[in-house]
Amino acid sequence: MQQTQTHAAGSDSLSSIQDSANSEFLAFRLGKEEYGIDILKVQEIRGYDAITKIANAPEFIKGMVNLRGVIVPIVDMRIKFNLGEVHYDQFTVVIILNLSGRVVGIVVDSVSDVINLEMEQVHATPEFGAAVDTEYIMGLGTVEDRMLVLIDIEKLMSRQDMGLLETDS
Amino acid sequence: MSADLEQFYQIFFEEASELLTEMDTRLLELDMHSPEPENLNAIFRVAHSIKGGADTFGFTDMAEMTHMLESLLDKLRKGELTLCSEMVDAFLQASDVLKQQLNDHSGKGQVNADEARLASQKLKELMTTTATEEAIPTALAATSAAAELNRMAGSVLSKAPDEQPVSSTRSSTTKEISTKIPVTYRINFSCQDLSEAVMTKLLTNLARQGSLENLNNPQQQDSCCLKLTTMESEEDIWETLAFIVDPVTLAIEAEAIAQEPADNIAPAADKPAVMMDVPPNGTTTETIKNGHSNSSIKTTPEPARPKAAASSESSSIRVSIEKVDQMINLVGELVITQAMLAQTASQITPVIHERLLNGLNQLERNTRDLQKSVMSIRMMPISFVFSRFPRVVRDVAAKLGKKVELKTVGEGTELDKGLIEKITDPLTHLIRNSLDHGIESPEKRVALGKPAQGTITLRASHQGGSIVIEVSDDGAGLNRERILSKACERGLPVSETMSDQEVWMLIFEAGFSTTEIVTDVSGRGVGMDVVKRNIHALGGRVEIDSSLGQGTKISIRLPLTLAILDGLSVAVGDQLFVVPLTYITESLKPQAADIRTVRGLGRVVQVRGEYLPVIALHEVLGLQPAMTQIHDGILIILDAEGSKVAMLVDTLAGQHQFVIKSLESNYRRVQGVSGATIMGDGRVALILDAAALVSMVKRTLVDAA
Repeated sequence: MQQTQTHAAGSDSLSSIQDSANSEFLAFRLGKEEYGIDILKVQEIRGYDAITKIANAPEFIKGMVNLRGVIVPIVDMRIKFNLGEVHYDQFTVVIILNLSGRVVGIVVDSVSDVINLEMEQVHATPEFGAAVDTEYIMGLGTVEDRMLVLIDIEKLMSRQDMGLLETDS
Repeated sequence: MSADLEQFYQIFFEEASELLTEMDTRLLELDMHSPEPENLNAIFRVAHSIKGGADTFGFTDMAEMTHMLESLLDKLRKGELTLCSEMVDAFLQASDVLKQQLNDHSGKGQVNADEARLASQKLKELMTTTATEEAIPTALAATSAAAELNRMAGSVLSKAPDEQPVSSTRSSTTKEISTKIPVTYRINFSCQDLSEAVMTKLLTNLARQGSLENLNNPQQQDSCCLKLTTMESEEDIWETLAFIVDPVTLAIEAEAIAQEPADNIAPAADKPAVMMDVPPNGTTTETIKNGHSNSSIKTTPEPARPKAAASSESSSIRVSIEKVDQMINLVGELVITQAMLAQTASQITPVIHERLLNGLNQLERNTRDLQKSVMSIRMMPISFVFSRFPRVVRDVAAKLGKKVELKTVGEGTELDKGLIEKITDPLTHLIRNSLDHGIESPEKRVALGKPAQGTITLRASHQGGSIVIEVSDDGAGLNRERILSKACERGLPVSETMSDQEVWMLIFEAGFSTTEIVTDVSGRGVGMDVVKRNIHALGGRVEIDSSLGQGTKISIRLPLTLAILDGLSVAVGDQLFVVPLTYITESLKPQAADIRTVRGLGRVVQVRGEYLPVIALHEVLGLQPAMTQIHDGILIILDAEGSKVAMLVDTLAGQHQFVIKSLESNYRRVQGVSGATIMGDGRVALILDAAALVSMVKRTLVDAA
């Protein structure tokens, strides 16, 4: 039952890619893995600076920054996905996302390029069983010898365990 | 045609609902025995304005209803009929029906056909039955007739407590004249935005009122000039036009007729003033509300020339709330930038850069003033909310068979418009609750030795940075035993040792009701919890004060505005936090000996003979402090929800005004934090929720004990 559900979700998101014919993805690195997110969800890319910690927040929520008067929470994807080395310097990159009006920043290792993926270049996510939660993975994109894990970033960020949204209590 | 008119519908809906509110207020103010002529006139004008608009837009049901109202009111006004409470009831009923009709036309509701028929029937009855009573020379009729005579003579009614008896008497005199002699008016307005269809409709409407002469071809020019000879008053023409033509460009001039005494032209200038007249407590024209203004006219008791009156129409404007909010946001940004400049400037040598620093000082002053005046745009007197309650009290009290008087104090208290809108429902609920549960029946009250008429007092006042609204009644008060036993039944954690305050707060629990009988007014136990939740959502707090047999007082404490806050910034480790100034009583540097522990758990500090619990901010927020010993830090004494707490921080950074930014717009709520702000250097600082911190401490102390 559980498996069929995840499978259905996976093919749904795959079709959402196919709907938009050829989509552009922003590719970024986390450790040795390469990820892609819908470029239309990206507001801007900036450096990592003056951050204000939030009391009692999970470790991967680094805090708040002032983005021209808007207060934006910053999530470190490296801590969340447990990938790559977590250190902050002038080369640390923050991708500012605009997810249906809500602005969130994510810290990644590096941003590589913007990739145009044709329909046939995207493959459905294989079943990993319980080991990997594939709910927010739209599919796997192939460009030459690279493989991009395409993330439905909006779905990921609104998940309960991200702690970004109000929980109904 | 209708497509062209549709754009004006919204304006009509807005204005009509404002006018109806005004009518309700006026009706309730009416003194049954000696109605003030000015009040009657005002109600008449409201009915008339709605009729004019409804007619223009083809809402015949509304026009009919108002027409009946108008004819009855006209008779009252002329002293042909005397006012009775039945009439006021009928008027209120009619006004309800009008509201329904208005909602129906704006697609928001449905008309109750039975009610509408009943209301119109009642009005008709009153028209016919009271007409016969006219002959009976009652003392009341005599007084109103005398008043009428006074008005006709144009003399000032010195006993009328109205603020502008002179202009009101004069205008009513001219109304008499202008309805009898046909007057020629020259009408000028801009028809740039009007389509041909609208113009044709407009011209036919005007032609119906008298002989119309078109002085130019409106299709070819931007402005239209008409000449109208009519029996109708200028007011009528104005209303025919005002919903369609931009009132700013509209000018109506009475052409001087030789026979007419010169004095009669002058009141024409008064007309718009009278038409736009506002009740003393200002229900319709405040700040951004009304398209027309009365202020300038009110201050010119001397008859002005018609031209001047027309130009003063533009002294207030209707602005969409988004524009105001955008402006407030931008000013907020400006304040941040200014603070940033001030911080940078504090590091430069004053001697060399004297002029720059002077300029920056100037900038600071100007920014403050700008901020203040921009914020005041959103501020509105609370009378906007209060003015609807006499009606609520009247209706509910009548339904329950109780005698209740509503007193309002401090209607002029201003608060943010957003708050005004959101506070209405909770307040209505509290008042209904007081009426139903608080005030006893007249018999019971007399038996208890109280006056048969109960009193509910609504009081608004500013206290520090917040506004306090109190709803108090002199009714039965809350019954401690009953609430406790009810709470036990419902399985709530209660004990006999709870303080009164805590017991009273139980009535805010969901589904809590101590009444045996559920009425359609209240008693179902839903509502009080919603009241509390709504007020908390606004950043406010509710307090109850009650004594059995004496009455209950519920106080709502709200922040003055939702956007700006005076605060003290404090440092803990490398982070800055802002503490709202309203919660801080003092700050001090403790001596090592002042701090003691209780059972090795809680720390207390002695301040002026009082032992206060100490909370270390770095422990609550999980931070690394810069200081190592308590006496290296600073203690800030917080006073929230009636209890004091000493909060330990590293250092004090400064006192500023902060623009409150919501954390929730991009993140979720954080315990102990009420929002965030941007500091002078562009960094984000969290604003501490002092009340939450205090209650957090209370809880931990209870847990430890």
